[in-house]
Amino acid sequence: MEFTDDQVVRYSRHIILPEVGGKGQGKISAAKVFLIGAGGLGCPISYYLTAAGVGKIAIVDDDVVDLSNLQRQILHSTKTIGRPKVESAKAVLNDLNPDVEIVAIKDRLTPENILGFIKDYDIVIDGSDNFPTRYLVNDACVLAGKPLSSGAVLRFEGQVTTIVPGKGHCYRCLFEEMPPAGLVPSCQEGGVLGVLPGIIGTLQAMEVLKLILGKGDVLKNTLLIYDALRTTFRKVKVPKNPDCPVCGTHPTITALCSSYEANYCRA
Amino acid sequence: MDEIIPDKKIDIRGLKCPYTFVRSKLTIESMNTGEVLEILLNYPEAAVSIPKSMQDHGQRVLSVNKINDTEWVIVIRKERD
Repeated sequence: MEFTDDQVVRYSRHIILPEVGGKGQGKISAAKVFLIGAGGLGCPISYYLTAAGVGKIAIVDDDVVDLSNLQRQILHSTKTIGRPKVESAKAVLNDLNPDVEIVAIKDRLTPENILGFIKDYDIVIDGSDNFPTRYLVNDACVLAGKPLSSGAVLRFEGQVTTIVPGKGHCYRCLFEEMPPAGLVPSCQEGGVLGVLPGIIGTLQAMEVLKLILGKGDVLKNTLLIYDALRTTFRKVKVPKNPDCPVCGTHPTITALCSSYEANYCRA
Repeated sequence: MDEIIPDKKIDIRGLKCPYTFVRSKLTIESMNTGEVLEILLNYPEAAVSIPKSMQDHGQRVLSVNKINDTEWVIVIRKERD
């Protein structure tokens, strides 16, 4: 692609990398990603992908900015409390890099709308905070054949994995069914040290850039577990499960049904 | 020795590092393997750093000549994508 003088300067630290160059930056500029959540994970993910010059980033979130978000959700501010998160995020991202098209979708993902949303995008990124969405996104990506970066944080621990349908494991190979509501930490038991989603989100952003560039090894068949208190990163092998209900040899989930909603606390 | 005729010439006088290399690299990327690029520049550090970086990226430096008090001409052959 042809770069403007400003783009040559803006992306110069990418272009001088042998693994990126003008060709790699061209791939980044042509990429379209679909991000679920403009919260603790979605903020750093979209911030760095916008800085990197990803061509188009859609962000879906139906929430509004709350004072309690600001300890970790770095796109939002005291001034945007009460505004939809996707709008608060879009304003900051547009200021950061006008090259990037930000599509703000104030909506809730459902089994009915998700496939329509992701069909025009190359990569899906899950920055959601609940199990029903996590399983819905996984199943939709497997059915649609879309690569997925999945991240999660709780208290002092974070997890990241990268799902490339047909070429590795999926979320259900790892945890076949959603945990029952009683086993999921309640709001009071939750809590998260604010930097943690920043670390996990930036790892996800890096995975997405590697998927776009086709360079390095992504966390395929692997779950990366970060323990912030001990400062350890552990990689756990996750083999593809041939009996997986969605990506196995004889899948039982072949379409998205409406069984994803469970009675979890969503705060 | 036969004189090498460049397939492409760029004038990056006025540019400083790292943009001297960024411009040179983008030009090399747009060329075919085996083609020759001639770079005219006046940023002294780049007269050293461009040949080194081009070699690190797998290209062949054919010549580096200081043509007057302030300007250099570097000739590179593209060896790989």
